[in-house]
Amino acid sequence: MTPQLIIFFALAALAVGGAISLILQKHPIHSALSLIVVMVSLAGLYLLMGAEFVAAVQIIVYGGAIMVLFVFVIMLLNAGIEEHTSLSKLAGVPGLLLALALTGFIAATIARSTDTVQAAAQPGNMASTRDLSAMIFKDFVYPFELTSFLILVAILGAIVLAQREKARA
Amino acid sequence: MDFLTAHGWLIVTVVKVALLLFIVLTVNAYLTWFERKVVAHIQSRWGPHRVGPHGLLQPLADGVKFLFKEDPTPAGVDRGVYFMAPLLALALALTSIAIIPFGPDPLPWKILGQEVYLGILPPNVNIGILALFAITALGVYGVALAGWSSNSKYPLLGGLRSSAQMISYELALTLSVVGVLLISGSFNLTQIINDQSSRYGILGWNIFPQFLGFVCFFIAAIAETNRVPFDLPEAESELVAGFHTEYASFKFAMFFIAEYTSMITVSCLCSILFFGGWLSPFPATWTWTWYLPTVLLLPLGLWVIWDGIHYETIFGKLILPGIGAVMCLIAVALVAFPAVNNFVQAPFWLLSKILVFLFVYVWMRGTLPRLRYDQLMAFGWKMLLPVSIANVIFTSFAILKWGAIR
Repeated sequence: MTPQLIIFFALAALAVGGAISLILQKHPIHSALSLIVVMVSLAGLYLLMGAEFVAAVQIIVYGGAIMVLFVFVIMLLNAGIEEHTSLSKLAGVPGLLLALALTGFIAATIARSTDTVQAAAQPGNMASTRDLSAMIFKDFVYPFELTSFLILVAILGAIVLAQREKARA
Repeated sequence: MDFLTAHGWLIVTVVKVALLLFIVLTVNAYLTWFERKVVAHIQSRWGPHRVGPHGLLQPLADGVKFLFKEDPTPAGVDRGVYFMAPLLALALALTSIAIIPFGPDPLPWKILGQEVYLGILPPNVNIGILALFAITALGVYGVALAGWSSNSKYPLLGGLRSSAQMISYELALTLSVVGVLLISGSFNLTQIINDQSSRYGILGWNIFPQFLGFVCFFIAAIAETNRVPFDLPEAESELVAGFHTEYASFKFAMFFIAEYTSMITVSCLCSILFFGGWLSPFPATWTWTWYLPTVLLLPLGLWVIWDGIHYETIFGKLILPGIGAVMCLIAVALVAFPAVNNFVQAPFWLLSKILVFLFVYVWMRGTLPRLRYDQLMAFGWKMLLPVSIANVIFTSFAILKWGAIR
């Protein structure tokens, strides 16, 4: 067992454990914290694959910015322990089935694939910052610009909604 | 012995981590002494002077006090998160120091077959500055979760304020560095420093093309570290002690150490990104500047000896001349062994710059009043963010038009 493999299994276990804990926790803050664990261990997996830039951005954007906003909103609203209605309990049954089906599908695909899975790539070669930016701003520049336009529209929408609330008050 | 050489890299790294941890914690302790002394002199007071000569043993006394204080856990706290928050804050603050390189050259001799660089990471790690930002981005949680889990209204308000403040200023912090990254074309801290070297010493530093970036970076960094004038998360007059109101004893000390460690990190970053890191401000042809560490250390040592002889207490009469004698000896050793002097140059300049920035931090605390909360938010979003975006755009255009600045 190479050190990379050990680190991979540790991080993978952390990610899966965090994801399960995210669903099972009763309090929203605990769920949010579990999600942060998932994000950070995914970043560790990216780092293991040699995608340093993606790993750092994963932590900065998901672990930092987005999850801080989640935690912030939960704190601001002072959300209490989650309430279960009979419908939400019922939703667990198909949810579990779907999750099992997805796991089986992915496992079957991996089992049937003949390519050897690379545990660790050469650091810095895969998805280096230069290649990544060339890809975003040359090969995929139109989808990229469209996405940013979409985000801009969403921001404007948020501002309009906030302003309407103020005008009514 | 075989085991040692086989795992040389691992062992050297672990020893380096332990050593750096020890140094950082000691520097932290004396930073509190430094801050109290400087603020006291700004306010025409003496500051700590009872415990040891010039209050030099005050940090030790404080440490013992923190360890032995009663540590009550308030009723109704969220236990797991309450205990995790100070740990998270401290761990993240200490991790960020590990990314800073403290010198360009490895030690002149190999240990266990390994080249030992000053700093934890080897110099070819390419995500240096990004990794630092990643750690800073997670730093919010220590404060926010401490505020939330305490189950008390003042910490909650402090935690909310700090989350909002840190999210707002993190944008400006990251954007203000982009100018430097565009000039150097690298995230690697060692390469960013080496890129600033020029024949004219100080003129090659990033501060000149990136003055705007530096101003934005320093202001945003002060806000990120929750220091005066942006220390709203712990504004005493409004929030008792803000997010750490319900923490006592060593858990409080952990927040304290985390705050001072991030001060050190920010000072390191300022000097590395904008002030040439370990590069000397003088042109390389001025060889006499190589004796500056000696020239500065010798009079300081002599003064400490002189001051010690005249000190009131017996303890001071014994200790201070001893410290002064050690300083003089080091100064003489630097002249006597050119190789040592050569090696010391880079860390000397880096540490001097870091000390200057730490002084500026304390100086600002001694002079500036705290901002109001709405002023803080307005300044961050309406002033700092647009200016740093303008800096990025201007720098990109300048590089496109005139090519790389150097």
